[in-house]
Amino acid sequence: MTTGRKAPRPAPGEEEVLRRIERAHRRKPRMRDERITLAHGAGGKATQTLIEAVFLTAFHNPVLARLEDQAVLTVGTAQLAFTTDSYVVSPLFFPGGDIGDLAVNGTVNDLAMAGARPLHLSAGFILEEGFPVADLTRIAASMAEAAAAAEVDIVTGDTKVVERGKADGCYITTAGVGVVEHGFALGVGLARPGDAVLVSGPIGEHGTTVLLARGDLDIASELTSDTAPLAGLVAALLDACGGGVRCLRDATRGGVATVLNEIARASEVAVVLDEAAVPVRPEVRGAAELLGIDPLYIACEGRMVAVVDAADAEAALGALRAHPLGEQAAVIGHVGAEPAPLVLCRTGFGGTRIVDVLIGDPLPRIC
Amino acid sequence: MRYVDEYRDAGKARALAARIAELCDPGRTYTFMEVCGGHTHTIYKHGIEDHLPDNVRLVHGPGCPVCVIPMGRVDDALHIAGQPDVIMTSFGDMMRVPGGSASFLDAKAAGADIRMVYSPLDALKIARRNPGRRVVFMAIGFETTTPSTAMTVLRAADEGLDNFSVFCNHVTIIPAIKAILDSPDLRLDGFIGPGHVSTVIGCRPYEFIAAEYGRPLVVAGFEPLDILQSIHLLLTQLAENRVAVENQYGRVVPWDGNGKALRVLSQVMEVRPHFEWRGLGFISHSALRLREAYAAYDAERLFDLPGVRVADPKSCQCGEVLKGVLKPWQCKVFGTACTPETPIGTCMVSSEGACAAYYNFGRFDRAGVREAIRS
Repeated sequence: MTTGRKAPRPAPGEEEVLRRIERAHRRKPRMRDERITLAHGAGGKATQTLIEAVFLTAFHNPVLARLEDQAVLTVGTAQLAFTTDSYVVSPLFFPGGDIGDLAVNGTVNDLAMAGARPLHLSAGFILEEGFPVADLTRIAASMAEAAAAAEVDIVTGDTKVVERGKADGCYITTAGVGVVEHGFALGVGLARPGDAVLVSGPIGEHGTTVLLARGDLDIASELTSDTAPLAGLVAALLDACGGGVRCLRDATRGGVATVLNEIARASEVAVVLDEAAVPVRPEVRGAAELLGIDPLYIACEGRMVAVVDAADAEAALGALRAHPLGEQAAVIGHVGAEPAPLVLCRTGFGGTRIVDVLIGDPLPRIC
Repeated sequence: MRYVDEYRDAGKARALAARIAELCDPGRTYTFMEVCGGHTHTIYKHGIEDHLPDNVRLVHGPGCPVCVIPMGRVDDALHIAGQPDVIMTSFGDMMRVPGGSASFLDAKAAGADIRMVYSPLDALKIARRNPGRRVVFMAIGFETTTPSTAMTVLRAADEGLDNFSVFCNHVTIIPAIKAILDSPDLRLDGFIGPGHVSTVIGCRPYEFIAAEYGRPLVVAGFEPLDILQSIHLLLTQLAENRVAVENQYGRVVPWDGNGKALRVLSQVMEVRPHFEWRGLGFISHSALRLREAYAAYDAERLFDLPGVRVADPKSCQCGEVLKGVLKPWQCKVFGTACTPETPIGTCMVSSEGACAAYYNFGRFDRAGVREAIRS
């Protein structure tokens, strides 16, 4: 006899729940917030949602849709790389650098990750009424020095001043153009099962340095920012094993964990990380432990993640370590087929966990 | 790193795991609750369950400070934050906790002056620097954080600061454990006791759990080997047919607690007759408020609070998760409508919440992952 009521469905098993979550992940993100919060600038899930729901929808075109750190454009017979980035770091001056060299190196690195030779930069300044000219002079000098080291010229620019209280001292936006002279295919969507995952040096130093430089935590440390131009390191890597390099990303906002998640998602692969193999300086580990932050999520400004063919892993590691900016490079994991698109971690304790995209923002205004 | 690496050694973990496996009777299951959210976080972050036999199950308890804050209290805090000249301060974990209509993060984006601090003393610092503003500290947490709130009130009184107050939401762990033990729909074989809370209250307050409820409790540290060892101690008691309170975290927890902290606490605060816990309902004598003598620092008296009780959303099963009746993934909205990014329930907010920990670190098919890592 039927009662007309549906029989209660059995509670879904764990596996079905996990599948449902993956399906929810794959749906086009909807912007639910009515206002911008700090989380939208953190480089994690909220940033992804903002970009996909607002900017990709408005500007849609195939170059932007690749969501690389730079656009690679064909102009005549040349391949040009083009990028832009804004800098709002607080404090403006910190051990190992300042907003000026950060603004040059960050943009140079976004070009370098396409394997491009950076050529020219622009620099736009938003200054707050009352900002000391001496500080601006110091920032400009630091930009000039960083540009010389990265072998680029700052060829155009702009200056705006806003009323006191409408900005925090000095914000900088730089854009950069470079030329791609190699013929290799590089892209965040090109990782394949079996590939090796490398990092070019100890992680999390820039973010930790800036955080400690704010002085809120009363922790003293010898730590300095890792800010550095990476075009030379990339050139050395491509020289050593060009065809074997699948993708390069500098691990800025959101850290190595965010980069690996971007790779797993775009390439439809799993990334398996060996926690014990990830180089982290004791000062960074100590500060991260105290603050309850995972170093995998802390920003670097002079470190990159490289995914290379397993057959080229040794050559890649050798090339990175032979360069002054890659002396402590390490193989930190490999690419697997399943379960895509997750980043898994074999913990130092011998267990397993996933390394998800960052949520919220533990460290605002780090770059 | 010293004092950390020795408690995270994979070789020692494997040796301990082998001893745990030997102690287990394959014919039965063992269900232990880790009371403290810090333990939940450690369990997932280090993948401790990979070292346990399938018949040892860990259930996540109510000891996550932000998870137990009811929505009405968040609304009260937002009401305070919306008053003229107010700077609201709280721990970072509070920022995304949903109230009836908004979270701190939403209110901040809409213009309220809400600042994240690492300690109540930072809030005091903000009060000193802003004499024209009223600075309120949203105090949350168990006995771990309560003494520092009490000390801050005393310091404010010493300095004669008249623009600092505390919105006190401190709760106490023992009534919550008792509520769980009295809950009819739960079967537990023992407890992994909260380490940090016990540095303040000591181990004696747990003795009724062994004496009256016949369950063992081992106060545990927060490193992964601490937790494995505590599970080993619980299993040893059960194998020897004993139930007792034991202290695995002796390097930090004195059996009688921290007398000075307890004195400061009772000087400044008193027990409330009852307090609402998210998901668990009203529990008698389970929370603290400022004593009359410190009324000048009590935001609850200084501001006219709406004090409206907001029912949890219907779809939210935080209560069952907090009591350990449901695993996070068994909740109807887990991972789809309720995610760490858009939490419906508090368990999904803090990194110490059972749902957030499971979502962020443990959301996968363990057998499949072991396979992937081996390949």
